[in-house]
Amino acid sequence: MTDCKSLILELADKYGRERASLLPILQGVVERNNYLSDTCMTDIANELDLSAAQVYGTATFYSFLDTQPRGEYVIRVCKTITCDMHGKKTIVQTLEDMLKIKIGETTPNKKFTLLETNCLGWCHEGPAMLINDTPYSGLTTEKVHDIISEFIKK
Amino acid sequence: MAKKINLTIDGITVAVDEGTTILEAARNLNIHIPTLCFHEDLCVAGNCRVCVVEQEKVKNLPASCATPAAEGMVIHTNSMKVRMARKHIVELLLSEHNADCTKCYKNGNCELQGLASQMLTGDHLFLDLVPDKKYTIDMFNTAIIKDDSRCIRCQRCVRTCEQLQSVSALGVAYKGNKMKISTFFEHSLFEVVCTNCGQCVNRCPTGALIERNYIDQVWDAIYDPNKHVVVQTAPAVRVALGEALGMATGKIVTGKMVAALRRLGFSSVLDTDFTADLTIIEEGHELLTRLKKALVDKDPTVSLPMATSCSPGWIKFIEHTFPEYLPNLSTCKSPQQMFGALAKTYYAQKRKLNPKDIVSVSIMPCTAKKFEANRPEMRSSGYKDVDFVLTTRELGIMIKQAGLDFEELPEEKFDSFMGSSTGAAVIFGSTGGVMEAALRTAYEIVTGREVPFDGLNIVAVRGTEGEVREASIKIDKVKPEWSFLEGVELKCAVANGLAHAKTLMQNVRDGKVTYHFIEVMACPGGCLGGGGQPIPTNKEIRTKRKIAIYEEDMGMPIRKSHENPEIAEIYKEFLGQPLGHKSHELLHTHYTPRKRY
Amino acid sequence: MSHQTLKRVDLIFGEYSNEKYKILATTLARTNDDILKDLLDSGLRGRGGAGFPTAMKWRFTAETPSDEKFVVCNADEGEPGTFKDREILLRVPRKVFSGMAICGKVIGAKKGYMYLRGEYKFMVPELQKELEIYHEHMRQLNHDFSIEIRMGSGAYICGEESALFESMEGGRGEPRNKPPYPTTSGFMKKPTVINNVETFVNVLMIMRLGADQYKKLGTTDSRGSKVFSVSGDTPIPGIYELELGMPLDRFVDEFGDGDTKAVQVGGASGFCVPRKKFKDTVIGFEGVPTGGSMMIFNSSRSMYNVLHNYLEFFEEESCGQCTPCRVGCQQLLKGIVAVKKGEKKAVYLDQLMKLSESMKITAKCGLGQSVANSFSSIVNNFKEEMIY
Ligand SMILES: Cc1cc2nc3c(=O)[nH]c(=O)nc-3n(C[C@H](O)[C@H](O)[C@H](O)COP(=O)(O)O)c2cc1C
Ligand code: SF4
Ligand code: SF4
Ligand code: SF4
Ligand code: SF4
Ligand code: FES
Ligand code: FES
Repeated sequence: MTDCKSLILELADKYGRERASLLPILQGVVERNNYLSDTCMTDIANELDLSAAQVYGTATFYSFLDTQPRGEYVIRVCKTITCDMHGKKTIVQTLEDMLKIKIGETTPNKKFTLLETNCLGWCHEGPAMLINDTPYSGLTTEKVHDIISEFIKK
Repeated sequence: MAKKINLTIDGITVAVDEGTTILEAARNLNIHIPTLCFHEDLCVAGNCRVCVVEQEKVKNLPASCATPAAEGMVIHTNSMKVRMARKHIVELLLSEHNADCTKCYKNGNCELQGLASQMLTGDHLFLDLVPDKKYTIDMFNTAIIKDDSRCIRCQRCVRTCEQLQSVSALGVAYKGNKMKISTFFEHSLFEVVCTNCGQCVNRCPTGALIERNYIDQVWDAIYDPNKHVVVQTAPAVRVALGEALGMATGKIVTGKMVAALRRLGFSSVLDTDFTADLTIIEEGHELLTRLKKALVDKDPTVSLPMATSCSPGWIKFIEHTFPEYLPNLSTCKSPQQMFGALAKTYYAQKRKLNPKDIVSVSIMPCTAKKFEANRPEMRSSGYKDVDFVLTTRELGIMIKQAGLDFEELPEEKFDSFMGSSTGAAVIFGSTGGVMEAALRTAYEIVTGREVPFDGLNIVAVRGTEGEVREASIKIDKVKPEWSFLEGVELKCAVANGLAHAKTLMQNVRDGKVTYHFIEVMACPGGCLGGGGQPIPTNKEIRTKRKIAIYEEDMGMPIRKSHENPEIAEIYKEFLGQPLGHKSHELLHTHYTPRKRY
Repeated sequence: MSHQTLKRVDLIFGEYSNEKYKILATTLARTNDDILKDLLDSGLRGRGGAGFPTAMKWRFTAETPSDEKFVVCNADEGEPGTFKDREILLRVPRKVFSGMAICGKVIGAKKGYMYLRGEYKFMVPELQKELEIYHEHMRQLNHDFSIEIRMGSGAYICGEESALFESMEGGRGEPRNKPPYPTTSGFMKKPTVINNVETFVNVLMIMRLGADQYKKLGTTDSRGSKVFSVSGDTPIPGIYELELGMPLDRFVDEFGDGDTKAVQVGGASGFCVPRKKFKDTVIGFEGVPTGGSMMIFNSSRSMYNVLHNYLEFFEEESCGQCTPCRVGCQQLLKGIVAVKKGEKKAVYLDQLMKLSESMKITAKCGLGQSVANSFSSIVNNFKEEMIY
């Protein structure tokens, strides 16, 4: 986790201090810290001369800009129709069993957060999921076991 | 001249200027299309969709508020398609709405309710979504209550807070079925940058944003035989109260208001205008003192420009947003708080009352005054200086509750003392008024002559709303004791609405402008457009109230604060001299920086 | 029984997939009128769903006077069942950049943006590399048109053009009132052309082939080829480039699993076509249009579940600003659940149908307006499944 103030200065220097820079900055913070803390958001607001409520309102609009603490690896399982038809429920079950958390929760060691999301654009290879930015498709129970085991080792 | 556009609405062909919306064109024809998210003061949102109309040869129903008239358009505002769609939309709004109107403060004065009754929505077409929602009510604030269960998400409040006030304490959060109006992280309005100006409350079409009302507490005090209940009324109340009671806009109802207050049972009906005059004396001297320190003593710690401090919304704005400018605020309390402090000291002494038996009530055009009265700083009398603050709207409700026929009441006069005032105090209710009143007095103190303006009217500071106005007065032929001001050009600026105040302060901060004295009122148009004024308030209405205020000033026998006889009396009997020890104790204060979120 | 009956095309992915910006160079040397004329002749209509004639869009923008204009490539691809833009950007990014640069020349823009959905962030390093090559070529051609990637962050509605601009400007992706249209007021309120990824590729191929050659593909109303994203109950899911204007029964013959009950054409916001209508349904702007999504359902699937899934999608992905869509989606979802559970009588479905009709004509943007497409096509064609 990077210190908010310096991170935001760095991002603002890179992307600018216009309103249009807000999204790249929010994305940059999430990339580094996994989520947007309240202090991060107030710092961003001050840096861009916006109100904190405006920053909060923008962040909460986007499902990838989490305002709740998230684990190091955020797993988002597609719940839209073709993935659902092809066994998304089993995939979620497998993940819940392996990580011992439910959808929406984070493991106590703050390593994994398990979420559902809408269509990821891998419908022809569903079920699919994202772990942070990386897509995984054609999921089966075995495949999920292999993938998650690798992450657990990391 | 703007290009003309011809269109047909409900069979009537009209020509309108290019850029006119279908809604405006219809209103010109006295065809009333219902609206909810639309408000004259705000940019168009086009999100509620109740204003849809049918356009021939077009599949979808355009939102009339958001669609400019186009050549040859044929519009039907009440076709079968429109009626069905409109009814669906209102039914949808009601389905996610906690519509127990009889428990709602806005009952009888609610735009949603009005539409629902127009549309006979009794049959509840759709399922009730309220049980699925986790609505919350923010009750922590002393001025404003926010009840999400009554919100129709029209975003009027959000646009108000952003566009008129540049505060953006309220925003839109989340999306889809979770979309809601929210402060930062859903904190209470009490904790965030909200200035309590109440502009959002004034524009909320429903009961989702309302003032915290103290009507019952005030009735209790009135009925309590052991209490002496004094009431003060702010300058801007008398130009708007009539509207809340069915009278025409822009009618001054001072005499009837006094009569009504007496009939409600207040022990003594007094006037905030009195302390407005007092503010001018204190603030005028403070300004002159600061100028002396700066010009003669070359004291680098003196903060100029000095800024007025009558508007509690403005004060809180500075505390949050420009805390480095706190020293620039005049240390004078607002007239309301000066009055409160004197009510439980000077007034109590003179009337031989125990201050603990006095309940001090104020009638204000303002919701921020409720917050101000509850500030810990505001207890210099040893008690809470002002116990309850009611808005113009709340007074309107009390008058209705008491069954008074307001229009038929006789014109009565304020009690004395602390009831007499001047034209200078009256204009406090409008943007530029404090500045004008202060100049009338300060100039005369310094030069011994009246301000060099026709009929004492310093028109330059009046101007129109929505801009920062500047004025300068050359001071010459001064009295000997003010010789340091000889030839000084006194530079002033006036702003109303916090969005303009922000621009002004940014310019000051960036060194783009230099002033000696600035007046800021948090609300558009000044107090006459306050958040506690009757609903609706919009530019047209504010203009009428403003005209009324300046007419009232012209009609007053005394038009300069320092000529108010009761003011001379209070200095003689009680305060001693302006900025004296007693004044400092009772009439001046200081503020503290606050977090910005 | 799967036999090749549909004509495969190799326009988008084929020839010149690794082109060294040759067509771009020759096109930039042509006059704007000439380019626009070719585009108009080609009959190209946008591939993002709405099917607006591309030449018109460009011409309107070119004709709007402004100190600054923009080209935006809509790569937000969020429609359930669509994944063709990802494939195009992975395989032929240069064709996309070329199409954007041609647009820039025609309308007089110096700056292009690609709005890429957050879900495709993994592609960014590769695209950036390609962009460097592109910019290098532009320097050699001495032509000033740069392209920058902007990322979405998980909001389907940001694919709607005006919501996309709001998002690029740093706000919530709430669609704007129209008019004004992007051709006069788009990104930063400046005249902007926004086109789908595939549309830009088509432009380039028209420049390559000439309008006449291009027009040989497809039908009068639907010129050219289309990249289809095929998913669901099919033995051969994936990306296919096919001629537009094909009859649905032939598509099902080829892609179905022999037991196809319905095809959802155009994603969750498109139409559900039941078996009995396959024969009479043409895929194209004259029939059922699609941004490319073809989801196939066989008889083991509950269409109630399908609709339920769509409505959940819309209820979450609506921006939430306008009443018909925000509340309407919730009502439709809650309504079908109530009917299914028997808490509401079957006739309540008629009430919901009327509601969806109102949503269609009163919602502020395409999202709310198109919920009725899948809702009414599923409820009408599979009523029993909604009730029992
Ligand atoms: C809810 C909604 C989502 C949309 N998503 C996309 C999208 O992901 N990609 C896209 O190209 N167009 C999308 N569109 C259509 C765009 O608004 C716009 O019409 C299109 O980008 C224009 O490009 P075209 O003319 O090349 O089709 C969407 C429209 C709506 C209403
Ligand atoms: S906000 Fe209006 S409709 Fe809602 S409960 Fe109050 S009075 Fe009734
Ligand atoms: S009271 Fe004023 S500052 Fe507070 S939320 Fe309302 S408009 Fe904004
Ligand atoms: S709080 Fe009032 S003004 Fe604000 S969105 Fe809700 S109903 Fe509209
Ligand atoms: S139709 Fe839906 S997505 Fe579109 S503006 Fe309305 S609420 Fe937003
Ligand atoms: S439905 Fe899951 S990736 Fe599209
Ligand atoms: S009043 Fe026109 S959309 Fe709300």
